[in-house]
Amino acid sequence: MADPDFDGWSCPLPLRRYERIVMGHGGGGQLSAELVEHLFLPILGDHDGEMHDAARLSLEGRDVSFSTDSYVVRPLFFPGGSIGDLAIHGTINDIAMRGAEPVALSVGFILEEGLPMETLGRVVEAMGAAADAAGVPVVTGDTKVVDRGQADGLYVNTAGIGVIPDGVDIRPRRAEPGDVVILSGTLGQHGVAVMSKREGLEFGTEIRSDSAPLHGLVAAMLAVTKDLHVLRDMTRGGMSASLSEIAASAKVGIEFEEAKLPIPGDVAAACSFLGLDAISIANEGRLVAIVPPGHADAVLAAMRDHEHGRGAVVVGSVTDEHPGVVVARTPFGASRVVDLPLGEQLPRIC
Amino acid sequence: MKFLDEFNDPEIAKQLFAQIAEMTTRPWAIMEVCGGQTYSIIRNGIDQLLPDEIELIHGPGCPVCVTPLGTIDKALEIAARPDVIFTSFGDMLRVPGSDEDLFGVKSGGGDVRIVYSPLDAVKIAEENPDKQVVFFAIGFETTAPANAMSLQVAKRRGMDNYSMLASHVLVPPAIDTIASSPNNRVDGFLAAGHVCSVMGTWQYGPLVEKHQVPIVVTGFEPLDVLEGLRRMISQLERGVAELDNAYARVVVEEGNLPAQELIADVFEVCDRQWRGIGEIPQSGWRISPAFREFDAEYRFGVGDIDAPESPLCRSGEVLQGLLKPNQCEAFGKECTPRTPLGATMVSSEGACGAYYQYRRLEVPVEVGRG
Amino acid sequence: MCLAVPGRITEIRDDRGTRMATIDFDGIRKDVCLDFVPEIEVGDYAIVHVGFAISRVDEESAMESLRLFRTMGTLEEELGVGPEAAS
Repeated sequence: MADPDFDGWSCPLPLRRYERIVMGHGGGGQLSAELVEHLFLPILGDHDGEMHDAARLSLEGRDVSFSTDSYVVRPLFFPGGSIGDLAIHGTINDIAMRGAEPVALSVGFILEEGLPMETLGRVVEAMGAAADAAGVPVVTGDTKVVDRGQADGLYVNTAGIGVIPDGVDIRPRRAEPGDVVILSGTLGQHGVAVMSKREGLEFGTEIRSDSAPLHGLVAAMLAVTKDLHVLRDMTRGGMSASLSEIAASAKVGIEFEEAKLPIPGDVAAACSFLGLDAISIANEGRLVAIVPPGHADAVLAAMRDHEHGRGAVVVGSVTDEHPGVVVARTPFGASRVVDLPLGEQLPRIC
Repeated sequence: MKFLDEFNDPEIAKQLFAQIAEMTTRPWAIMEVCGGQTYSIIRNGIDQLLPDEIELIHGPGCPVCVTPLGTIDKALEIAARPDVIFTSFGDMLRVPGSDEDLFGVKSGGGDVRIVYSPLDAVKIAEENPDKQVVFFAIGFETTAPANAMSLQVAKRRGMDNYSMLASHVLVPPAIDTIASSPNNRVDGFLAAGHVCSVMGTWQYGPLVEKHQVPIVVTGFEPLDVLEGLRRMISQLERGVAELDNAYARVVVEEGNLPAQELIADVFEVCDRQWRGIGEIPQSGWRISPAFREFDAEYRFGVGDIDAPESPLCRSGEVLQGLLKPNQCEAFGKECTPRTPLGATMVSSEGACGAYYQYRRLEVPVEVGRG
Repeated sequence: MCLAVPGRITEIRDDRGTRMATIDFDGIRKDVCLDFVPEIEVGDYAIVHVGFAISRVDEESAMESLRLFRTMGTLEEELGVGPEAAS
């Protein structure tokens, strides 16, 4: 493969501010999107023109959902979960956002020399328990060890495949004006739980990560109708990133009511004193669904009947106004644009 | 949260909006000095719901935005040193200096860490005795007591590996400068509630007298902002200019005396450059000679670093309300939150940043990346 | 400019000569320095900025503001005027 031609980029907004990778490139916001758009896609190819959590492949007549994700969360163990269960849930969820039934997972470890065996043991146990509970087996894996000081303990990559049922076509571009926007539950728990243990920011809280596998919930929704238009798990960048990406790729507008957002009191409090916005905080067991209006009530009811959708709520709708832009209606009756976050949210003082 | 939720009640807000509309008979230009109020106004859409006669001018009250380019370059220089752990509030990491920002320094190998409080930086210094730990002390009067305390603690504990790069700015001289400008359009100022919780309200009486302009000390929740505006418009419509305190649950006239005493020990008043505005006399605090050994500019010999600002940037005019952000030729083109040219685009609380972030629908900028 | 939020003091202790407290923000607990509010006590609410309590919240004053807000609408309806007299 030829070297990328960094000088020849014709993009209106090349990565000109940074000559090196910065943390924000992994933050799931604008910087991440620029990497994908201007480096990965031009060189590695754009499989189906759909930027989604998982790719859709056709294998001898069966449609398959295929995805991979890497996990670098710090600390390794946090209230409500660990890097182990996160790695299982995250990839299951990516596959499920195509409407697929997950079939199998792979796990790749990058371990730092000197990592206590006990730590690795706890991570693997958490993975095993999560995979068992989800009913999705880990069928292949790999282990590499790097020199001390190189991997900050351990990193995990998981990949997975799932089978997409006939007649199911879930992808961002299917969002249509009139569709209803449903969240599966609370916002912000995972990100705040992890932040509470991060060096320099520590605070006491009972908030636990929402980390959970969502394929069961998706199956319950598909049992109501196969005509779900879009599903997205609201990980890095949170709800605002998910909605922004959907609005941009479907070229539709999305509106939501701030007053309807399910933000727990303690998450709101953490956001208040750190100066963060709950709609841009990562979740690991929450999805947003874009559903045709005729099915919205039944889908919502099915979600609320499922253990991972008990807090499901309708928050807004898709519109043909302001295509590509997400707009929040404030509790006071005004509106504002919700942007794709730049990178990771930073605590602010002002 | 108690004392927050009650001041967010949309029903009461409706009444306040209605009252303000009823009282307003003429056009008024009101500046909220504080970036926290700008954030509250734009995020909740308060400006959209006010009568057309009322124009809110977003003032220079974001310390992140007004920190001069030269100071950021000093921070970048210090942070890149291998013997340094550079600590900062999260806001400052993305603010570009002449060439890059603190994230860029971090990606080049600098040890840059986000802290919540300057005392966390002191703790890092105690845990890393073989490193020099530097804290980037920016902020208005509100943040100064905390920053001053960290130096006092370091001195008391005899720490020789903690120092501070200080760039404090003061609100009253900024109001004085804006009100004194021959182009001034501001009819009244909403003063910053949390600054006043530290410094009190006594500094503002002389400004009211001098410029015959109403000043209302105002809080940050939507009802606080609306109540500040209501009291302001009441004064303007009656043709009076008084100092009023609409944030009495937090602000008292004399302010926080122990905090003021410590500030006087650790800092001294100096002339200060404001990014996008220029130099304002007596508008900053620097580390006093008694604490000079803790001054990072002195310790690392970066005092001479200076940097010119972009000639395209017209943020000075924006900050004075002479130009709307989207009337600037660079807005949304050369100048975006990703590539800010000046103070007001740097943070989402800056006038241009807030406009770009939340009110882009009103301006034809490119959206979507389909 | 200055992000500062109210929280309730749940515990006060001495840390090497510095008066520290645990403050509760609706389920979030954070250690906060009390040196600038020497008169404050457990149960009080304080405005917290970057790890420091900078002001005690005057509950009476807060209640008074809210009471005034709430009577505003009624006053207006009854008298057909704004509550200028009340402010």
